[in-house]
Amino acid sequence: MTRPEILLQVTDLRVEFGSRRWGKKPFVAVDGMSIEVPQGRTLGVVGESGSGKSTLGRAILGLAPIAGGTITFDGRDITRPMPRQRRALSSELQVVFQDPYSSLNPALTIESILAEPLVAGGMSMSDARTRIAGLLDLVALPKDSLSRLPREFSGGQRQRIAIARAMARDPRLVVCDEATSALDLSTQARVIDLLLDIQEQTGVSYLFITHDLDVVRHMSDEIVVVNRGRIVERGAAERVVTDPQEEYTKRLLAASPIPDPVAQRARRAAA
Amino acid sequence: MSASPSSSSGGLAKAILRKPLVIGSGLVLIAIIVLAILAPLLSPYDPNVSDLASVLAPRSPEHLLGGDGSGRDVLSRLLWGARLSLLAGLIATVTAIVLGVPTGLVAGYRQGAVDAVGSWISDVLMSIPGIVALLVVVAAFGTSMPPTMIALGVLMAPGFFRLTRATVVSVRGELYIDAAKVAGLSGFRITFKHILAVVITPILIQASLTAGVAIIVQSGLGFLGIGDPLVPSWGSMVNDAYRNNSMAPQLVLWPGLAIGITVAALALLGSGISDVLNRTGSGASSKAAKGARKAVLVKDAQRPASEAVESRLVVENLRVAYPVADGLKEVVHGVSLEVKRGECLGIVGESGSGKSQSAFAVLGLLPSDAVRTADRVQLEEVDLLKVGRRAFDKVRATRIAYIPQDPMSNLDPAYTVGAQIVETIRAHEKVSRADAKARARDLLEQVGINDPDRTLAAYPHEISGGMAQRVLIAIAVSCNPEYIVADEPTTALDVTVQAEVLALLRRLQEARDLGVILVTHNLGVVADICDRVAVMKDGEIIETADVFELFADPQHPYTKELLGSTLSGSEPRSRVGDRAPAGSASETPATEGEER
Repeated sequence: MTRPEILLQVTDLRVEFGSRRWGKKPFVAVDGMSIEVPQGRTLGVVGESGSGKSTLGRAILGLAPIAGGTITFDGRDITRPMPRQRRALSSELQVVFQDPYSSLNPALTIESILAEPLVAGGMSMSDARTRIAGLLDLVALPKDSLSRLPREFSGGQRQRIAIARAMARDPRLVVCDEATSALDLSTQARVIDLLLDIQEQTGVSYLFITHDLDVVRHMSDEIVVVNRGRIVERGAAERVVTDPQEEYTKRLLAASPIPDPVAQRARRAAA
Repeated sequence: MSASPSSSSGGLAKAILRKPLVIGSGLVLIAIIVLAILAPLLSPYDPNVSDLASVLAPRSPEHLLGGDGSGRDVLSRLLWGARLSLLAGLIATVTAIVLGVPTGLVAGYRQGAVDAVGSWISDVLMSIPGIVALLVVVAAFGTSMPPTMIALGVLMAPGFFRLTRATVVSVRGELYIDAAKVAGLSGFRITFKHILAVVITPILIQASLTAGVAIIVQSGLGFLGIGDPLVPSWGSMVNDAYRNNSMAPQLVLWPGLAIGITVAALALLGSGISDVLNRTGSGASSKAAKGARKAVLVKDAQRPASEAVESRLVVENLRVAYPVADGLKEVVHGVSLEVKRGECLGIVGESGSGKSQSAFAVLGLLPSDAVRTADRVQLEEVDLLKVGRRAFDKVRATRIAYIPQDPMSNLDPAYTVGAQIVETIRAHEKVSRADAKARARDLLEQVGINDPDRTLAAYPHEISGGMAQRVLIAIAVSCNPEYIVADEPTTALDVTVQAEVLALLRRLQEARDLGVILVTHNLGVVADICDRVAVMKDGEIIETADVFELFADPQHPYTKELLGSTLSGSEPRSRVGDRAPAGSASETPATEGEER
């Protein structure tokens, strides 16, 4: 089997949030992370709050200040893109955020929300309408959704809308930042199915950022475990979860309760 | 493009247009505007022509509203005056919007130096005394209306600047702005599409108020005699009426009414729009709620006397409803549960299943418009349905405690942790401040805080989320309760912290023989800590079982589906959404619960 081409390469990335005052040390959110996302694959990034996992994703999207390191997308350096280059990139690099409530503008209809990336990419409104119909199909939302506002939809449906928006221009990489974390268990399961289906159909790559070990194991080909701005362990998803090498990964796994009272209590008794 | 803000906020526009207050004041305003526009056609006389025969004439068929001190027709002057007043309001408001809104958008979105300069100018403008400035403008540009109103608009622009800036600052951190950036939109388009769509309604409200103020100011200037004497205005009419007050007191009525009605209509329009914006969902009619509550009390009174004293918390046939436009909407349909001392009952379900509502109902912590009914809510020997509000408060304070979901928002950021624990203890028991403080320190040690003195002195923002949850648990157990209701107590916490908090809860439960009701959506937490589990769906308990039985042999199809949705032990990258057991209704996509 040939190894798939590397789509996204992040090398030794540093993100600092400087304080405005002089002489105060900046806060280092990402402290030298390196990752690779192959074409059509999913890299899971798992960590707790404050680990820098979301900042990593935001830096790749151009939403966080990069202090050092490089980001290469399909062979092009996108560490500090010019606005024109960033706009061009938007057709290939997309995002699904955690909160399906604040990630959709409450004042815009679903049609306007979905049309936005298409029209920004220079598509005519009539072509955009055709594409939007296809997108609704892709995420299994009813056709009559178009003229409705985000607040008329449930959390799971909103997340579908956000996914449809991300998929509008057939991106090659989608950053999923806690994309299923705000959802109910059964809704989460369906959104995960949807993401996997889309990946199968389109060959999109995912950078899947989450705090949930079960979700990341289910979604990912490879996993990196992050803590305090650094990557502490990386490897094939199944290996990291079943045979963790690092102390922190072990601690993380042990803390996550198993939804099975027999197994969970046995583990607690053993601890 | 259909994405313009005006067409896309159609839902809101519709809601606003359904409001009687908005319709009424809007119609009044439209009528005034139409009258003003048609003034040249409608006025029976030239408003500036004096007729000596009509000086202070009473109402008559020739002069419907009579004549003024110079013998001019009052009705004609009133109609022409409307033109000037409305134009004055329009000029001032448009000036203020044109200056205030774009600068506010840019200042809020770009921040930094632009914001600093804009805010500085706005502050300077606000510190200028308005009437003095207007008189200066009159002195410099003459008495015609437009320059004074433009000046007034400039003086009122900071209102729009601040409003716009504040709204922008509050939405610029929203994820949909980030999503738009990632979608490749330029800053200009983000500002004028996404952000303007959000600020447009508050601006409308502010505009209606500004127009009203401008009309009053313009009338005031007219009354002072500042204004073109050849242009009829309501202000100069009041002035004329004032001078002839002793002979024709009715003259002040007409311009007074015109000014009053116009300004009131503008103000009511503004407040009508803001009502719709601020309305919290239900559109509750408190009358319906009160009626229903009365009915509940009657029903409770007819209930048979309670049975023997038991050491458990029992709830039977609990119902919770909220008033909606047409009656009551029930969200909890007859829930019965019980928990013994030393036992942990899990209430598990998805969002909207009514699990938190049930827990809050037991605590008596439902919002004030909620209607709660039950056949029985009994805490050991106390019938909680019978005791009064104060007695219930006391029970809640001393015997049932509550641990909330979001620890940070349940601590007051203005007080130290220590002050908040001490206050709770002293609210329930008569102890000295020093004793309470010693107790607080002791409690923090019990909940596993290593450095209790430092935590006592810390403000909530200085401690972590896990620490804050420990503090809240300490507050919950500070009055030695017998029962604890915990609503998603670990949901906001990291998984390692969650494990510690669960261990703490278990330790406290065993040490103090607590009965715990734990509301959660996390099956892992249920498996970890609960003895019995009640599964809720759509406001009903569909299955209650021992925790081991429930996981090993779920009875209800929904329980099976729920357990099937967990990813623990799943085949990686397999489909999980339809992994529910064969024959269950959930296999058809149409039954997707979230779509309902």
